[in-house]
Order: sequence, then C-alpha cells, then structure tokens
Amino acid sequence: MSSSTTHTSTIGAIGAPSRRNTELALLVFAVVIPLFAYMNVGLAISGELPPGMLGYGLGLGLLAGVAHLVVRKFAPYADPLLLPLATLLNGLGLVVIWRLDQSEKLQQRPTFSEAAPNQLLYSAVGIALFVGVLLLLKDHRVLQRYTYISMVLAIVLLLLPLVPGLGMNVFGAKIWIRIGGFSIQPGEFAKIVIAVFFAGYLMVKRDALALASRRFMGLYLPRGRDLGPILVVWAMSILILVFETDLGTSLLFFGMFVVMLYVATERTSWIVFGLLMSAVGAVGVASFEPHVQVRVDAWLDPFSKAVIAETGTDQIAQSLMAFGSGGVLGSGLGQGHSDLIGFAANSDFILATYGEELGLAGIMAVLLIYGLIVERGVRTALAARDPFGKLLAVGLSGAFAIQVFVVAGGVMGLIPLTGMTMPFIAYGGSSVIANWALIGILLRISDTARRPAPSPAPNPDAEMTQVVRP
Amino acid sequence: MSELTLTVMRLGFLAVLWLFVIVAVQVIRSDLFGTRVTQRGSRREGGRQQAARQQQQAAPPPQRQQGGGRQRRGAPTKLVVSEGTLTGTTVALQGQTITLGRAHDSTIVLDDDYASSRHARIYPDRDGQWIVEDLGSTNGTYLDRTRLTTPTPVPLGAPIRIGKTVIELRK
Repeated sequence: MSSSTTHTSTIGAIGAPSRRNTELALLVFAVVIPLFAYMNVGLAISGELPPGMLGYGLGLGLLAGVAHLVVRKFAPYADPLLLPLATLLNGLGLVVIWRLDQSEKLQQRPTFSEAAPNQLLYSAVGIALFVGVLLLLKDHRVLQRYTYISMVLAIVLLLLPLVPGLGMNVFGAKIWIRIGGFSIQPGEFAKIVIAVFFAGYLMVKRDALALASRRFMGLYLPRGRDLGPILVVWAMSILILVFETDLGTSLLFFGMFVVMLYVATERTSWIVFGLLMSAVGAVGVASFEPHVQVRVDAWLDPFSKAVIAETGTDQIAQSLMAFGSGGVLGSGLGQGHSDLIGFAANSDFILATYGEELGLAGIMAVLLIYGLIVERGVRTALAARDPFGKLLAVGLSGAFAIQVFVVAGGVMGLIPLTGMTMPFIAYGGSSVIANWALIGILLRISDTARRPAPSPAPNPDAEMTQVVRP
Repeated sequence: MSELTLTVMRLGFLAVLWLFVIVAVQVIRSDLFGTRVTQRGSRREGGRQQAARQQQQAAPPPQRQQGGGRQRRGAPTKLVVSEGTLTGTTVALQGQTITLGRAHDSTIVLDDDYASSRHARIYPDRDGQWIVEDLGSTNGTYLDRTRLTTPTPVPLGAPIRIGKTVIELRK
C-alpha cells in the first residue's frame, strides 16, 4: 500500500457503478463487426452484398438485445465485458461458418449441409439457456447445495457416450450421444457441472489439503490420504482417455482440477504434481492406445506421407499451411483456401480459417478476446466475497482457458490434436449452448460480487440498550 | 470487386477488430474498483487538490441522505491516522461506514500485529454523530484509555487506539 511509504494519501471508497450503458455500447460494436465481416465475405466471393445479411444481422442483434435486457433487469451489476466479448466471438463464428458454407470444395463433399442456419439456431438456444440461468439462478451459492449431486451428474454425463445404442463413434472418438436425431456432446455440459463439484468440494477440504503437509526440497508434500481426490480425478481422466479416446476432455478435467486445487490451497506443489501426473498419464496411454498413438504421430510429423496414409487425412498439414499462407495481415475474408482442410474445417479446424484470412494480426485479436473473457472471469473470482463463488469462477474461466489452449494448440501443432471445439466460434450445438450457460453463471457471480454492499442498517435499539457504567 | 476495395476492407476489418479489443481494455482500465488513493502534494497545492477530490467524489453520495441530512457545524470532516505504520493517512468522512482491520476489504487496512481482521468500524448515526464500535476484536479498541464495550460516540480529536495505531477525527 502506497500510503505507508508516502504518509500523505487519502483513501476513499469507490462504488462499482452498474456499467450497463458501457455494455450496450460495446454490444452494438460487437454486432456491427460481424456484419462488416459478412459484407466483406460477400463482396470477396460473389462481388455483391450477401442476401442473408439483413437476416443474420437482425438475428444476432436480436439475440444480443434480449441478452442485454435480461442482464439489465436481473443482473444489473454484472461485468460489462463478458456479454459483448462472447457476442462478438459468436457473431464472427457465424460469419466464418457461413463463409465456409460458400466454398465449392466443401459443397462437393457427400455429407455437406448448410451449417450457418443451424449455428444461428444453436446460438439462439444458447442465449435462451443464458437467459434461463440468469432468471432461475438468483444466487450462485445455491449450487453449493448440489456438490455431490453434481459429481454424480458429471460422471453420468461423461459415461453416456459409452452406453451402447446411445453413444456414437465418430472418427475414433466416442464423445457424442444421439437422441432423436440430435447429436450431443455431453462432455461440454459436464465441464460446467464438474466445476460446481470441484468448487464445493475444495471449499470444504482446502484447509486439510493446504496445511497438513511436510516440507521437502522446497515443496510441500501433502499427506498420503489427502492425495486421494487428485488421484481419483486423475484415474477418471485416464479412463476417459482410454475408453472414449478423447484427449481433450481428459486434459480439460484434470487441468481444471489442478488449477482449482492450486487456487484453493496456494501450494505450488500441486501444479508440479499435476504436470508430472498428466505427463505420465499421457505418455502411458499414448504408448498402448492406437487411436491416441495416431494423433501423436500426426502431431510429430504432419507432412510425412506415411502418417497421412495412416490417419487417412492431411488435415493438420493443411491447417499449418493455412496459417502459414495467411502471413501477418491475412489473405482477406473469403479469399483464403482453408477449405482444403476438408472435413471439420468449420468445427475443430475453424481457427485455421481465421489464421489464413485474418492473418497473425487477426488471430492475435481473436485470442486476446478469449484472453479478456478469461481475465474477466478471474477478476470476478477476485471480487467475489464467498469462497465457493471464487472457486467456481476460477474453475469455469480456467476450463474455458484450457479449452482454448487445447484446441488452438492442437490446430497450430503445439500439442497433439484433440476432438474439442473452439468455444463460440466453432460449429457445434453443444459447445455454443454450454459456453453461453458458462458465461451466464460467470455473470451471476460477478453481479453478486460487484453489487455495492448494503449500507449498515441504523440500529434503533443501540441507544436504548447502552450499558450504564458505575 | 476491385483488388483495392478488398485490400481496404481487409485492413479496415483488422483495424476495427483491434479497435474493439482496445476499447474493451479501456473499459477494464476504467472499471477498477476498490479504494481510491489520492496523493496530496505540498500544503499550498493541497487545497486545490482537495477541491478536485470533492468534485470527483460528489457523484456517489447516496448514503449521505440516509446518514442524517446536512452536515452539522463542527462535525469532523476527516479521519486521520496519527500513530502507527499508516501515520499520515486520511480518509474523508462522507457519511460512509469506515471499517478498520487487517482484512483486505477494510477501508483502512491495518498492518498491525495487534489488530484483528475485522477490528472496528466507525459510522455516523442518524444525527450525524460519529460512533466507533469494536467488532469483537481480540486485543480490543480503546477510546482514550477506556476499552470499548459498546458503540461509543467519538469526540473530535479523541485518540482511538487499535494495537499500535492511533486514529483521530478532525475537522
């Protein structure tokens, strides 16, 4: 504190204002940018303004407007940035998915269908869930009551894809289930549910995990029995990796637990343990699970003919080429060749299109927007007054950050590719819907955290009950 | 569509995208909240800065109305730390409750081994009289030499002792 050194400072309280008008201004900005992008794509591809521009603009604007009004009414002190940032990413995603719909190469694929209208529909469902969260969840501390129910629910959600008849095996990863024509990725929803469990559990157990430890070589070693939970979560994520062959979900859960454990206990040793355990687990599974082995090969040597023959696709090579050909300023929206990626160009690999058409400058801006969302989440955690809210906000923003890292790292060749989607911008219903719910919960926590403390009630009895000293 | 138009649009789009990021960061910058620390300059400049500060803080006084109407004459306007590690720190009294303690969200965060995390609070009653109340601290709060047991009115200039820290209300 600077006042202890200068001795001449004045301290006054600043009430956090509601900031809803700032949010509205940013939201208008966040709707206009995708419209600009849409116009740009249309002019670049066909030389005229795209016919659906009005529809998409109105659709996105309407969704953003509804979300803003609900926030204004039901979470008036919530963070002003989260909603515009998420809206911008969702809008940009819609435009780029529409742009890939226009590609002739992708239209010739047998499984082609227009993805952009579906994505707009999923965004609407996502906003509806966002509104639902804000309306029904009046206080995030209610979730604390469902700590262990959340655990059971998360495990059920994670196991659903393994149920015969319900789960679908899509290109080696069993992370989808099919219900009445819709395919759902339960892992995306499990991410939120399990954050509730971790937050509730660690809030109760954090003292035991933080204090009962021995010091050894500069690290605090926890007692054997306190290692139990981290071992259980580790085993669970290894099992996911083995049975669902989904490296992404597995990394997401373990990483999220380690992040929350570190935040709850302030012990660096958990990070060291976590990194060691995930390294051991990943290497162990990769050495005997063929599907994971293939992914690792494609990561180590994406351009070799043998690997392309083994995986049956040159997606990673094409994706790296797309990033490279984009350069610093990109080729311009609608003027790239990222459709060469073929399958999953608009879902797992959508970041490559941004990399090629917007270049390094554009992808840095997109990654910064993700970074700002995470920053606002962590800021919410700092401002939250209750430990459960703090841990939940850290867990949710940590999960978001890990997901962005895992997908971006996979597409750019930093880590082996995983079957996860980039939040908000990739095509996929479960992902968009679950991430809107995540933003809803973060907004609810930040509303509680930033709400000015009620002024102390004047106590009418105070004067009458004073002790008269002899 | 001409090459030039597309190039302009491409660069324009990147500019707009970055503009959004910069505006968002500006919003974060203006969104910091907590306690505002104003440095005072020399004595002569002090008056001018104080006027500026009054203007800055004129916006959020919703509690002043509840606090008991207009300021009485002779009412204290500031709280001064006169002994301890925070010596020289002042807090403008504007009808808000001032909390003292080692907890980070206190108005005055005491760096004092003898202070509790929520040690005491000072607040105006309905008549605008400032009251000090001990919040169940371990080592107690003293007004002059007497240990507080009930919320007690604070006269001008009377020393409130918390551990090694002494606080006074001044005009």
